[in-house]
Amino acid sequence: MNDYNFAYLDEQTKRMIRRAILKGLAIPGYQVPFASREMPMPYGWGTGGVQVSAAVLTPDDTFKVIDQGADDTTNAVSIRRFFQKTAGVAVTEATSEASVIQTRHRIPEEDLRADQILVYQVPIPEPLRFLEPSEVETRKMHALEEYGLMHVKLYEDISQHGDIATAYAYPVKVEGRYVMDPSPIPKFDNPKLEMAGIQLFGAGREQRIYAIPPYTQVVSLDFDDYPFQPTKADHACGLCGAEDSYLDELIVDDEGGRMFMCSDTDYCATRRKHGHVGAQGFPFAEDAA
Amino acid sequence: MYVAVKGGERAIDNAHAWLAEERRGDISVPELSIAQIREQMSLAVNRVMAEGSLYDPDLAALAIKQARGDLIEAIFLIRAYRTTLPRFGGSDPIETEDMTCDRRVSATFKDAPGGQVLGPTFDYTHRLIDFKLAADGEVSTVPVSAPRQSATPHIMSFLDREDLIQREPAGDDAPDDLTRTPLELPASRALRLQSLTRGDEGFILGMAYSTQRGYARNHAFVAELRIGAVAVEMDIPELGFAIEIGEITVTECETINQFQGSKTQPPQFTRGYGLVFGMTERKAISMALVDRALRWKELGEDNLGAPAQDEEFILYHSDNIQATGFLEHIKLPHYVDFQSELELIRKLRREAQENISQEAAE
Repeated sequence: MNDYNFAYLDEQTKRMIRRAILKGLAIPGYQVPFASREMPMPYGWGTGGVQVSAAVLTPDDTFKVIDQGADDTTNAVSIRRFFQKTAGVAVTEATSEASVIQTRHRIPEEDLRADQILVYQVPIPEPLRFLEPSEVETRKMHALEEYGLMHVKLYEDISQHGDIATAYAYPVKVEGRYVMDPSPIPKFDNPKLEMAGIQLFGAGREQRIYAIPPYTQVVSLDFDDYPFQPTKADHACGLCGAEDSYLDELIVDDEGGRMFMCSDTDYCATRRKHGHVGAQGFPFAEDAA
Repeated sequence: MYVAVKGGERAIDNAHAWLAEERRGDISVPELSIAQIREQMSLAVNRVMAEGSLYDPDLAALAIKQARGDLIEAIFLIRAYRTTLPRFGGSDPIETEDMTCDRRVSATFKDAPGGQVLGPTFDYTHRLIDFKLAADGEVSTVPVSAPRQSATPHIMSFLDREDLIQREPAGDDAPDDLTRTPLELPASRALRLQSLTRGDEGFILGMAYSTQRGYARNHAFVAELRIGAVAVEMDIPELGFAIEIGEITVTECETINQFQGSKTQPPQFTRGYGLVFGMTERKAISMALVDRALRWKELGEDNLGAPAQDEEFILYHSDNIQATGFLEHIKLPHYVDFQSELELIRKLRREAQENISQEAAE
């Protein structure tokens, strides 16, 4: 596809996005406004992540896309194909082989290295949005470090439900300064936000980019007597037997029978290749066809 | 034994093939040509150009064909194409006074230089289905008269001579481009107008209607509504003067609204303004009303808490491409976040039930 520039966006646009990314890395957790472009895929379907990926990809990169942890979900397939077509980059499903990973709703189970970039698709970048609908107001609150409202919300959860009733997009404080929305990842993934790789967050429709540099302190908000708890379904993966991975729940028969399996498909497949077999699984080679 | 669900790639390919077949419909019916859409569905073409922010009737017609007549989808195609085009400069402001008017009506003066020209309007058609069209779309001969040669002065200019209408301050030479800079609030009027002119027709109409029904009511007189072709000129630095680079059809609506005044200034009428690509008068009138409602602060009016006065609410929600994308994304997989909520609600219910049974035991 020669009608478009490498990775679709023109170089001026990429330069503008890179400036926003650098500013984001310099001020961890701060939402940098950027002139988001209209992409050939709908807003809300990863246009922010796609623009960030387009700005950081080089011809030598190996690209991986996951949605809900899986490489084979339709929108992940669509975004991966987009960059195969417009950038001609190598693609992979193996987390360890990828230099740039675009994700929606998950952090891979496998630890990322310093030479890897994780790009998140973000629907609503503003962690305070559902407490205060006005952007003018929330920007002021960030500037003044006025996060009382968020703590009141968490407190009200506890008084009503006996627990913090936020299970995903669980708010974090970055390097002791900005409260940040980690995108709708399950709170199980929050501890992994402190990592060796670079994390970039792109919100296309909302025109914001933010970032977490490597080894940055990321603290999930909580109270001393109600400490943050990353949770997952209390089961092992039916296919590979993993007990440490985040699980999807499947309804497998008309009686409503349930099965649990790794949401991270590469993690699951790699374990199975290494001979791990779960209660409902079978040795790896059999489903190669 | 369970085999993990796979097949995203194949599903997408098959879906696209099916979509292409559905787009074509029954192949025993002749295919639509781009020219047919451009000529016979011209108001749809106009809407796609206006909300797509790209003046190209052929491309808009092609987008409508590709989108199976879904205009928001067609607008989306145009927007995505438009982003890839380089911005090589800005034109001079168009002179709507010099417009070759197809239509020009004033609701405020019975007659004025340039006259009242109804033009090709639906206004006084009786909305009866014309069954003859089903068989035969031929038109009878249309009476023709020579077009007006001189400029058609704006109605507002006559009020301005009497100092009855508020004067607008001259704007910056080149206002920001909404599509090239992130929207930050408060936005200049130029940015607001850019946003309104590409905003969803239905949304802008609804907002305008709400002001008529009392949510920040400010009765608007349509001083003038004009539709026609105007020349687009651009300064070419190498030449040192402006040359005409093309001609576009636009709809312009200027409204007169109630006055303000103070101890030091006698009362003056105020303005609302709408300008939209193509023959799009519903949109242009709506735009003028919403523009006027958004000017409350600048004109020293009270914030009545009406939706049409809320700049952030209007500007963040009028774009149908943003809205439809985000709205429709909820059909994408959300297994992971839903799973986390499932676990949470099971836990909360377990704890609540334990509490209830404990209290019952006591």
